[in-house]
Amino acid sequence: MNKTMEKIRKNLKSSQATIPLVAILIALFIGAIVMLIGGYNPIVAYESLVLKIFGSVYDMGETVRAIIPLILSGFAVAVASKAGIFNIGVDGQIIMGAVSSLLVGTLIDLPPIIHGIVAIVVGIIAGGLWGVLIASLKTKFGINEVISSIMLNYIALYLSHMLIKSFAAQEGTARSSLIKESASIGFPSLNTLFGGARIHWGFIILPFIVFAFYYFFEKTRWGYETKTVGLNPDAANYSGMKVNGILIRTMFISGALGGLIGALDTLGVYGYVAIVSSTSGIGFDGIAIALLGGNSTLGTTLSGILIGALDYGSQGMQFGAGVPSEIIGIVISLIIFFVAAPGIVKALLPKKKAPKKEVE
Amino acid sequence: MEQKRVEKVLELKHITKKFGNFVANDDVSLTVRRGEIHALLGENGAGKSTLMNVVFGMYQPEEGSISVYENETKIENPNHAIHLGIGMVHQHFKLIENFTVTENIIIGMEPKDGIRLNMKAAVKEVQNISEKYGLKVDPNSKIEDLPVGMQQKVEILKCLYRGANLLIFDEPTAVLTPDEIGELLQVMQKLVAEGKSIILITHKLNEIMKVADKCTIIRKGKYIATVDIKDSNKEELAEMMIGKNISREIDKEAYNPKQNVLEIKNLTMLSSSKKKVLNNINLTVAAGEIVGIAGVDGNGQMELAEAIIKMRDFEEGDILINGVSQKDKSTREIYESGVSYVPADRHKHGLVLENDIAENLILIEYYKEKYNQGIKLNKALMYEEARAAMKNYDVRAENEYTIVRGMSGGNQQKVILSREISRDPELLIIVQPTRGLDIGAIDFIHRQVVRLRDKGVAVLLISFELEEILTLSDRIDIIFDGQIVGQTKPTETNDRELGLMMAGKGSGDE
Amino acid sequence: MTANIISGSLIFAAALLFGGLGGMLSERAGVINLGIEGFMISGAFFSAVGAYYAESAGLGGLSPFIGLLTAFICTAIFSGMHALATLKYKADHVISGVVINLLAANVTFFLVKLLFDGAAETPRLTNMFSKISIPFLSDVPIIGKALFRSYPTTYIAFAAVLLIGFVFFKTSLGLRLRGVGENPGSIDTAGINVMKIKFWAVMMSGSIASLGGATIVLTTNGNFSFNTIAGQGYIAIAAVILGRWNPYGVLSGALLFGFAQAIKDQIQILDFASSIPTEVFYMLPYLVTLLALIFTGRKTRAPKALGIHYDASVR
Repeated sequence: MNKTMEKIRKNLKSSQATIPLVAILIALFIGAIVMLIGGYNPIVAYESLVLKIFGSVYDMGETVRAIIPLILSGFAVAVASKAGIFNIGVDGQIIMGAVSSLLVGTLIDLPPIIHGIVAIVVGIIAGGLWGVLIASLKTKFGINEVISSIMLNYIALYLSHMLIKSFAAQEGTARSSLIKESASIGFPSLNTLFGGARIHWGFIILPFIVFAFYYFFEKTRWGYETKTVGLNPDAANYSGMKVNGILIRTMFISGALGGLIGALDTLGVYGYVAIVSSTSGIGFDGIAIALLGGNSTLGTTLSGILIGALDYGSQGMQFGAGVPSEIIGIVISLIIFFVAAPGIVKALLPKKKAPKKEVE
Repeated sequence: MEQKRVEKVLELKHITKKFGNFVANDDVSLTVRRGEIHALLGENGAGKSTLMNVVFGMYQPEEGSISVYENETKIENPNHAIHLGIGMVHQHFKLIENFTVTENIIIGMEPKDGIRLNMKAAVKEVQNISEKYGLKVDPNSKIEDLPVGMQQKVEILKCLYRGANLLIFDEPTAVLTPDEIGELLQVMQKLVAEGKSIILITHKLNEIMKVADKCTIIRKGKYIATVDIKDSNKEELAEMMIGKNISREIDKEAYNPKQNVLEIKNLTMLSSSKKKVLNNINLTVAAGEIVGIAGVDGNGQMELAEAIIKMRDFEEGDILINGVSQKDKSTREIYESGVSYVPADRHKHGLVLENDIAENLILIEYYKEKYNQGIKLNKALMYEEARAAMKNYDVRAENEYTIVRGMSGGNQQKVILSREISRDPELLIIVQPTRGLDIGAIDFIHRQVVRLRDKGVAVLLISFELEEILTLSDRIDIIFDGQIVGQTKPTETNDRELGLMMAGKGSGDE
Repeated sequence: MTANIISGSLIFAAALLFGGLGGMLSERAGVINLGIEGFMISGAFFSAVGAYYAESAGLGGLSPFIGLLTAFICTAIFSGMHALATLKYKADHVISGVVINLLAANVTFFLVKLLFDGAAETPRLTNMFSKISIPFLSDVPIIGKALFRSYPTTYIAFAAVLLIGFVFFKTSLGLRLRGVGENPGSIDTAGINVMKIKFWAVMMSGSIASLGGATIVLTTNGNFSFNTIAGQGYIAIAAVILGRWNPYGVLSGALLFGFAQAIKDQIQILDFASSIPTEVFYMLPYLVTLLALIFTGRKTRAPKALGIHYDASVR
């Protein structure tokens, strides 16, 4: 018997998978009721949602494109959660990654591919450092990471506006100038194959990140350290671990994932950064994804796919059924709510008899 | 009041309380009369607290009946108990630290003046009660500024303010200095003289002999007997409490200390408020000896232990291990120089409760080459070692994948002990190693500590249990108020003398 | 100018003050409340909608008050959820709070589109609160204009500080509430219903915080859109920390952050300001908040039982 077997056995025995699944169903159901009350037809709405996701080669490509940042965001939140930090600042880290890679993509001349790599790396580092800021404020001054994250999200937003206006302005528009061709990380030939869907390096990078997350936490001593700090910082401290250092390292990784999201979207999807008045909200979706997936590799990936697809498909609802896309936002919030308070789901489920000791 | 004529304040008949398959109280009966101090004696885990929680309405018994003032009653909840005139002085005080004495006492039954709180009336009432029962406290001080003994008085006042006629004291002397204990026993006698009744939960025979009228003994949840104290003696009570007359003696090899492993020189540590929590401590522990630090909780023991492993910084002095200063070393480096540490708080410091046994066993040394293959942890080795450790240290659990949270305190402590011993220490610092454990586990742990000492390990034992210190130590240092106030040997002293020294030879505050 | 900045600070401070007082109330009862942002969003939305329909019904100058009331009552939907999740179902307080924020944002934006034919914001109100001058006092130079010519909401907010201060420190209810956040076990054994106190603290927390959102709509913005509330709820919580969970402390925290917001509007008029990018001023409230927290550092002491689920069976 090994550990993995043991874990699987335990998971099956517990309600670990049931709660999220039921939560999703209840949330979708409530969403339907809300639509009914609002005078919309939920069946048409959900139908157009699904159609938007799978409707065409283009949509399928774009769905995956939209899912990538969400899975990454889920992992960014999950990494921090493992160390006991609630990183609600992924949005800010995304912005820092986006604007840094934008600047590398617009200001510097490098050969193709190398330019893309450099821009991504710079974006990753920028996001990572923005994450480190949160960790340092926590370890040095005892500032709650939730408050500092939100403040840093806004600061990052306005900082990005400033940087874009100063270094990559595109007169007369609410966005930056375009990155140089050499910095693009798209696959032009695949784009045409998928009807113009924006396929980019991220499609290849993602599986590596998923595997790295798994390997880091399940196999390495650094993962062991990180989890120990998250589960019992006092015991970690007593055992001789440098808790603050581990927190800072973890937040670098978490922020770096945010930075990667920003870099991929800037270099592979849009080619520019928009000057908008609020953050993207991908970071908040990441919270939902990590929570729904129980911070596990498989769970986070699956819930990232689900929430990403819902997010992307919600545009279809707007067009196809005239339902405001916020309904999906409501559904996603409800999913987190139910997962965070599993008692509610259990109360809604039919009562089971007390489980027998072991069914072998 | 009519109640005053009634003799039996509380009568428990055939109480049985089960938790699942575990029978915590098995057919226990108990009668407390007016003006009586009734001791409830039993070992840790014998079911004393469960029984009292039944009385206080926190648990409902499966069988048996409770009568208060000779009326059979079902005590629904603590509120109901308070209403019936039952008050509980909890072992862990239920006080709000940044509130004043008066605020703590009146909360829930505040005197009012319109919609405002009438603080003046409250303070006066508190003063009245405290004078009546000789419980002197300043009604306006904050709890956090008061010594433990004072805080306990506030707990008692809280019960009296609520009109309690029966007071339950749950292990009230565990946290007190001998002086404070003496004072508490006097207060108890005064209370019964005024017509109150008391149930005293304890496992300390001296106190029972001093103040109790009757004593009910329970063992492993079962009712054993109720005796009149004037017709009994310590030996008899002890035998009834423990069952068989097991010897707590542990065979040790002859005392043969070698070179000094730990040397602490003029160690001084300040608290965040610049108070000296450790004051010029000098201490040595040699290979092959157990040095016990005797003292009442809160006199600098934790600080001393944590200074040695560098969990806390100190202001002056030095700590040497095998002659090498540890001043600039990290906790990990100190462990690497041959120090093992068993912390007082298993759950907070000793274990990661959500992890399994094997993961807890590598907590200190996970980074070492032995446990790593490249960037990968060597899980095969981890779990193999865990299996062996469980066998060697008699850790009882399903297997090495068992999450430690669900294990008993004794088994959890064995996990820690096995981890720390397997690191082959030259110095073992062991703090409160047997708190809350059953006799079997205590005995096992004591034997392991002595085995190490016989092997030539230097052991620094910090314990609040005098008996433990006297049983295990070769030499004893007494700590009081951050200072070493005396040195002795178990063969040259007794618990009375030690007790006096632990209270700063009576020269303390009070 | 000085008078403008001071009176501007007071106006912004009023919104933060409601948010902060709400947050403090809940946290003093031991329930972490990061949902303040959501409560303020809810308050902003419901006040805009309430006032709009009151206006349409021809209530004129009364409509902003109707808006205020609508916010106070309807926000109970969200505070009720937070109470249910944290108290009955023992959800993590922080996560529940963040969910409240997400949910409030999505529900209100959905409702805006639903009620106003897909519009992104509510219709602009014609009847908003107007400034009230307090006789005589408002005639005092500078100070008069700065302090005694303000919106009714500003006066309500300051009155709320005094009222909550009185309840906190002078009544038995306040004593019990503060006790619950410190050591619920002690309150419980004293025969007081801990859960009831916690429940009402969370409910009032939501309703009071909602007035902060309403203040912004009914005094300055005039309608509700997706960025009417942009982090003010979190800044309000920072004011709670800065104010050490004390109503008068929250007041000073709110004034500081209100000042940081007011200065953004006023300073740009000055000459030297033209050389500084406007984004710097936008960042200012958030930067000031962070800096203030850095300087308070670890000196603050949160209620002892904050964020801990109370379980009577393990006391």
